[in-house]
Amino acid sequence: MNAARERLAEQGEWRRLPLIGDARLRWLMVIGAVLYLVLALSTISVNWDRVAEGMSRGLNFLAAFTQPDFISRRGDIVNGLLESLTMTLTSTVIGVALAIPVGLGAARNISPLPVYLLCRGIITVSRTFQEVIIAILFVVMFGFGPLAGMITLAFATIGFMAKLLAEDIEDLDWRQVEAVRATGASWLQTMNHAVQPQVMPRLIGLSMYRLDINFRESAVIGIVGAGGIGATLNTSISRYEYDTSAAILLIIIGIVLLSEYSSSHVRRWTQ
Amino acid sequence: MPVSTNEQGEPIWRLRTSRAQWLGYLAWLAGISLFLLCWKLISDNTMWVFVEDAGRQGSDLISRMLPPQWSYAHRLWQPMWDTLNIATLGTLLGIAMAFPVAFLAARNTSPHPLVRSAALVVIVSSRSINSLIWAMLLVTILGPGVLAGIIAIALRSIGFVGKLLYEAIEEIHPTPVEAINATGASRMQVMSYAVLPQVMPAFAGISVYRWDINIRESTVLGLVGAGGIGLQLNAAINSLAWNQVSVIFLMIFVTVLASEWVSARVRRAII
Repeated sequence: MNAARERLAEQGEWRRLPLIGDARLRWLMVIGAVLYLVLALSTISVNWDRVAEGMSRGLNFLAAFTQPDFISRRGDIVNGLLESLTMTLTSTVIGVALAIPVGLGAARNISPLPVYLLCRGIITVSRTFQEVIIAILFVVMFGFGPLAGMITLAFATIGFMAKLLAEDIEDLDWRQVEAVRATGASWLQTMNHAVQPQVMPRLIGLSMYRLDINFRESAVIGIVGAGGIGATLNTSISRYEYDTSAAILLIIIGIVLLSEYSSSHVRRWTQ
Repeated sequence: MPVSTNEQGEPIWRLRTSRAQWLGYLAWLAGISLFLLCWKLISDNTMWVFVEDAGRQGSDLISRMLPPQWSYAHRLWQPMWDTLNIATLGTLLGIAMAFPVAFLAARNTSPHPLVRSAALVVIVSSRSINSLIWAMLLVTILGPGVLAGIIAIALRSIGFVGKLLYEAIEEIHPTPVEAINATGASRMQVMSYAVLPQVMPAFAGISVYRWDINIRESTVLGLVGAGGIGLQLNAAINSLAWNQVSVIFLMIFVTVLASEWVSARVRRAII
């Protein structure tokens, strides 16, 4: 096949290399993709009358972005934002603190097999379910309000941070660990002087990133009653008060921008 | 070098200067105060009566969930198929839109700085708003159904794929670009023969990764009416049929794990 390409190229007919080498596999994938698309699109039913009806509402919504209304629901917005921000901060702190032992346990090179399996299990459960699903359960257990939201976000943070921390520990420089161990250091001292310095910059960077994610998530778990700005947003959308929803969305985008900007600074400073 | 002297006038090496030490203490104090303040805000908004009850509520919930009502599972195949379609079609639509945006946003391929900042605004606003919020908006505009879910997933994916892809484009090797330029190629030809082959593996990897995340996100879109298994979940929770909820949870768990496995395999094959 390559020989054929080269022969053609010598005659001045150059063709670029295909993305997938095997021609049969390539065609099989194309046919499979077309078949799936036909099947999938045929099962989607769209009520076009409803869509046409909704278009004017869509235009209203876009128009609302040109004149967002921060004033008339100011109290609700400020309360929701305060709840979201406090939830974000506490859940990140608690989540990261709990993720460190789980992450240590889930690193194959420093923990025994039973601990490893247990910690990997915790990580898998926490990562598989979307935050909103976890929030539903915690709202049932702890009642409505920001506490349920905080526990949800902390739980989700454990899975995220522990997985990345464990991967980081698994490819750390083992010679430093050996050097510290050779001095007769205890397990705790090895962790503190050989492992921690190597993973700390990444841990701080990831915590900042998770802070950002937690804020974004705190804007949606309010939909199921776990507090935060999401409840305000949900109410404003279902009451068609698009100017208020536009204001809330703009605030969310602003805060995310701000935190992204500052976290990139922190990351540059730690590395 | 941070050195202090003891009573005999001998220098003692220390890790930090006194100034750095005090600044460190101050930072910790500020951080802990902020955390406690946030905690107080949350605790004021919490009904502690419900929290004291949490253990009993939790065990009650588990006892209602077990045993799962397996006969309910056969009614879940259709919603599960919808969920997979939402994730897959949404990802396809999203990457189709993210592809040009990423080229406009990358410093080395963007036609004009103004275009670049406009593309960056698109990426940031798409990233800041969770797919569930997009779904809430689209359900009021397009009406409930799978279509709203697909578009919500697509809109959220633009930011994610766009950001990672434009970073990949900015990191390409400049020599192939120069080489193609030297043959007198047009702008589009340089894109297609020098830039595209270099970012194609990254692009495929990012898309598959986002597909895997989208499967997880699309399981909850039904909570706001955007189709998929979330609709069934919402109905089961509202009717307090917890033994059906546990079947749905298991189904989501297996699907998400499978999609994660597939995406990890594909990414390893590509890179």
